[in-house]
Amino acid sequence: MSSMDAVERISEALGRAVRGLEPDVVERIRRAFDEERSKEGRMVLSRILENIEVAGRTGLPLCQDCGMFWCLVEVGRSCRTSLGDIEAVINAACGRAVVDYSFRRSVVEDPVFTRKNTGDNLPPVIHWGLVDGEDVTISFLLKGFGSENCSGVRMLRPTEGADGVVAAVVEMMKAAGGKPCPPVFLGVGIGGTMDRAAFLSKKALLRPVRQHSHDGKLASLEERLLEEVNKLGIGPGGLGGTVSCLALSIEADATHIAGLPVALSVNCWADRRAVIHFKGGVLC
Amino acid sequence: MLTIKLPYDEEALLSLVASEEVLLSGRLHVGRDQVHKRLYDTIQAGGGLPFDFNGAGIYYMGPSPAPEGLPIGSAGPTTSARMDPYSPCLMEHGLRLMIGKGPRSQAVMEAIRRCKAVYLQAYGGCGALYAQCVKSCKVIAYPELGPEALLELEVVDMPLFCMIDAHGGIYQRPSI
Repeated sequence: MSSMDAVERISEALGRAVRGLEPDVVERIRRAFDEERSKEGRMVLSRILENIEVAGRTGLPLCQDCGMFWCLVEVGRSCRTSLGDIEAVINAACGRAVVDYSFRRSVVEDPVFTRKNTGDNLPPVIHWGLVDGEDVTISFLLKGFGSENCSGVRMLRPTEGADGVVAAVVEMMKAAGGKPCPPVFLGVGIGGTMDRAAFLSKKALLRPVRQHSHDGKLASLEERLLEEVNKLGIGPGGLGGTVSCLALSIEADATHIAGLPVALSVNCWADRRAVIHFKGGVLC
Repeated sequence: MLTIKLPYDEEALLSLVASEEVLLSGRLHVGRDQVHKRLYDTIQAGGGLPFDFNGAGIYYMGPSPAPEGLPIGSAGPTTSARMDPYSPCLMEHGLRLMIGKGPRSQAVMEAIRRCKAVYLQAYGGCGALYAQCVKSCKVIAYPELGPEALLELEVVDMPLFCMIDAHGGIYQRPSI
């Protein structure tokens, strides 16, 4: 495979993600329309389904906020492609997708002072991880910022346990209300350091809809959190209703005796993901 | 379903009622974070505004680029709360129709009541749907802001929901 092929594969996947959702996500939204009990909530969900249909038919982005590229690269320990080459392919693919699929240019280079637009949505936020074997898997989120602005981290006391986790997530979602384009998908990261918890909350968003944690206790906590968030009654579009959160995943990791970091990543209903797998880790 | 045509007249603005769906047509202005900051700064400095607030509505939006042959790309609402620090000042200077998504601050709600203004909600994330309602689009100020420039659109039958009306009516979520 030449590096151009890899760039094309990735940019095409990003182009598909900006215009349409994975089948599991669309199916979940359709089911929400059947489940929703408020009239206004159903009205919002029907507009959302109509929007998905229009984007599919016209090739327009689902949402004008085409997001910031967030990316997790899982590199096989025996992979023979250099990390530098993988990074170059990712940057080229993101830059190409932005042009080919008319992404809005939403990234500024200096967050505080000039806020000058980079003009190409680069740089992507890249996280690197090592896995066994030689394959490379690149997972993207097109992270919209209406929802990202509602994300957050809380550093709980180590003794607060599951109740503390629930209270923290509920508190952040209560503050979010109708701002993040509900119904939302939620990723919860627990443990590690402050930044590790935040990373885990994004990684949790990559899990397919309704795929619970393999850990039974975490799977129950996922159920409990989903129920508690939906009890807030935020509803589709924030107009009230039974469906505020479509799905919630937790990723957890070891932490320090003195702490219990909890991070929440909020994603709007337009849960735009792309996963590209390179067998044998050959990108160029 | 209520309808309103922009520029609005007093009667049309007063006909909007909280909790009702609204179809909006006509000339609609578009501005988000940086436009609000600039309008606010211009007012504070006693300068002239780039468009007449009288009869006008402002839509919190920044579109994706227009594909060939279309007037605009994806064109859904952005989060209104970020305009909250500036909106009361704009209302004091004649702006009475705002369109965005999500809740408003207490200060904005009070200014809406005081100025007999209206807040409409667009359906969040539905950018492709709203692109279909836009017939023309031109930049009228701050082109250097790129996707955040101040725009003037011609829209037809834009589906919205009235959150706060000019009579003090506020949409209340149903209890579940």
